[in-house]
Amino acid sequence: MRIIWLDALRHGLQVLAFCCVVAVFTTLVWPSGGYPRQLVYSVCIGGLTWLVIEFGRLLVPREHCHRNPERQGHGWPRGWRGLLLTAIGITVGFFAGTRLAAWLLGDTAHMPQRDLRMALVVTIAAGVVASFYFHTRGRQSALQAHIASAERDAALARLMLLQSQLEPHMLFNTLANLRVLIGLDPAAAQQMLDRLGDYLRATLGGSRAALHPLADEFERLRDYLELIAVRMGPRLAWRLDLPDALRSAKLPPLLLQPLVENAIRHGLEPEVAGGSVQVSARTTADGSRLALQVRNSGTPLTTPLPQTDARLGRSFGLAQVRERLQTLYGDQATFELIADSAGQTCANIVIPLQ
Amino acid sequence: MTAPRALIAEDEPLLAQALRQALAEAWPELVIAATVGDGFSAAREALALRPEVLFFDIRMPGQSGLDAAAELFDAWPRESPLPLLVFTTAYDQYAVQAFEAQAVDYLLKPIQHARLEKSIQKLRQTLAAKAPAAIDDEATLQRLRQLLAVPGLAAGAGGTPPRLAVLQASSGSTIRMVPVAEVLYFEAADKYVRVLTATHEYLIRTPLKELAAQLDPQEFWQVHRGTLVRIGGVEAAHRDEAGRLFLQLRERPERLAVSRLYAPLFKAM
Repeated sequence: MRIIWLDALRHGLQVLAFCCVVAVFTTLVWPSGGYPRQLVYSVCIGGLTWLVIEFGRLLVPREHCHRNPERQGHGWPRGWRGLLLTAIGITVGFFAGTRLAAWLLGDTAHMPQRDLRMALVVTIAAGVVASFYFHTRGRQSALQAHIASAERDAALARLMLLQSQLEPHMLFNTLANLRVLIGLDPAAAQQMLDRLGDYLRATLGGSRAALHPLADEFERLRDYLELIAVRMGPRLAWRLDLPDALRSAKLPPLLLQPLVENAIRHGLEPEVAGGSVQVSARTTADGSRLALQVRNSGTPLTTPLPQTDARLGRSFGLAQVRERLQTLYGDQATFELIADSAGQTCANIVIPLQ
Repeated sequence: MTAPRALIAEDEPLLAQALRQALAEAWPELVIAATVGDGFSAAREALALRPEVLFFDIRMPGQSGLDAAAELFDAWPRESPLPLLVFTTAYDQYAVQAFEAQAVDYLLKPIQHARLEKSIQKLRQTLAAKAPAAIDDEATLQRLRQLLAVPGLAAGAGGTPPRLAVLQASSGSTIRMVPVAEVLYFEAADKYVRVLTATHEYLIRTPLKELAAQLDPQEFWQVHRGTLVRIGGVEAAHRDEAGRLFLQLRERPERLAVSRLYAPLFKAM
């Protein structure tokens, strides 16, 4: 239980201002006593009501309260607990507040029944209005905080995606190769630089479009594989298989990229002899769906994925592919990572043909 | 003094060629004894050729540069001084931090001439000062041992994986549950790891490295590249006439060899 004094002070001042307004109204009803007299009553009743509610809610166990998102404090009690607290606050505020005000002003005479009833109505009305105000304010700020945290999460996810696509190790090794090629074979260096430019442009800008043609996707994979081929030399054999009929079929941009990267990183790179990667697209037997496959030789898939891979991004890459498919296609898409009969690792994606 | 010789281990052919050329310019008298493209050949060739200087890439096929160094230092003949080691890496925050901490020489790819020359200068000084009598191999081994213990570098494990309490070893069609508390030592054997308790032997497929990351390092000590031993189950460490160290266990008859890299762990308090 932690009291945030700054919040309490802010609420108290708001209540005070509200009491001043209520006093104006009650002065109109009972003009005889004048404004100062009504203000004393109003502040006593309003202030006690507020004190009971502000600190009374700290007695309600935290699990029954709304979350106070920005800070760690106690939120508004949920459901009937909130209503009960308001009722108790108003009752205590009314009876104790009128006594306190009467004592302060030296009033000895009892209020007439009619005035008492009227005062009760005013107190209840004011109490309900003020409680409702604080309640909505609290909910609004909770909602805003929720939106802000969702935006933060989305930004973080985008950053992680970018980081996984622009793997520093790959980037710096490519630069190191470029540095050598500039002296050795300037024409090849230029070609490699162009590939790198296309790859970076696609990576940095590609995630914005929702869908792009398969022909573009394969072109980006070609850029990537050409870059890796310079680095790995004869250790890498690769093939891209895209039938002409499917060139304009749509898919989310760079969907296959993390799968090809995993194939290289975890399948081929650890092998002294290297290996091969094939990416292919075809329609399913009934012609309504698009089947994409990334197949690689090399180090076989281990289940469960070893601990080491978590850091190196294999699981992040796979989780990201799964998440994108789920968001875009729901149950219409399937994704599996298996070892086929020839011992090769296959990542299979099936999505609706668009 | 004869011309110093070097071994380059780098899996990317262009980068290997570039390093060879840069060395030829900056250190003309250095002889490149061989260039290899994977971690296994690196250790094998280094032992066969016994060069004075090694340039090892960290991320290589087969095994990492760090593991290759550990393997060859273990098998390096005691009468000759250990070679000087320079690691190369494209980008690896773990590696760079660890190298800085251990004062191990390293080169970042793309390798810049100024940086390479600084490194060469240091290597030359060390080689010149290295009289055969004054061998500071102990410090080199100590540094390498420290590097191998850096999580995320040699073991490749990120963060701290959960501790293992029970091993699941298959024997035929049943899976045997083996409490880690009963294990006396683990021994790497080809594609398996042998798990030995006082009375039984089991085989599991999890690599020793991955296993080590999930065990309490206070409880299980690495005493050899392929051996993790429950230190509480060790009766004594004996040194033979050739200076090799062996562990004698309380509950098992075998004697376990302690490699050169880990021998300094055993000393009287």
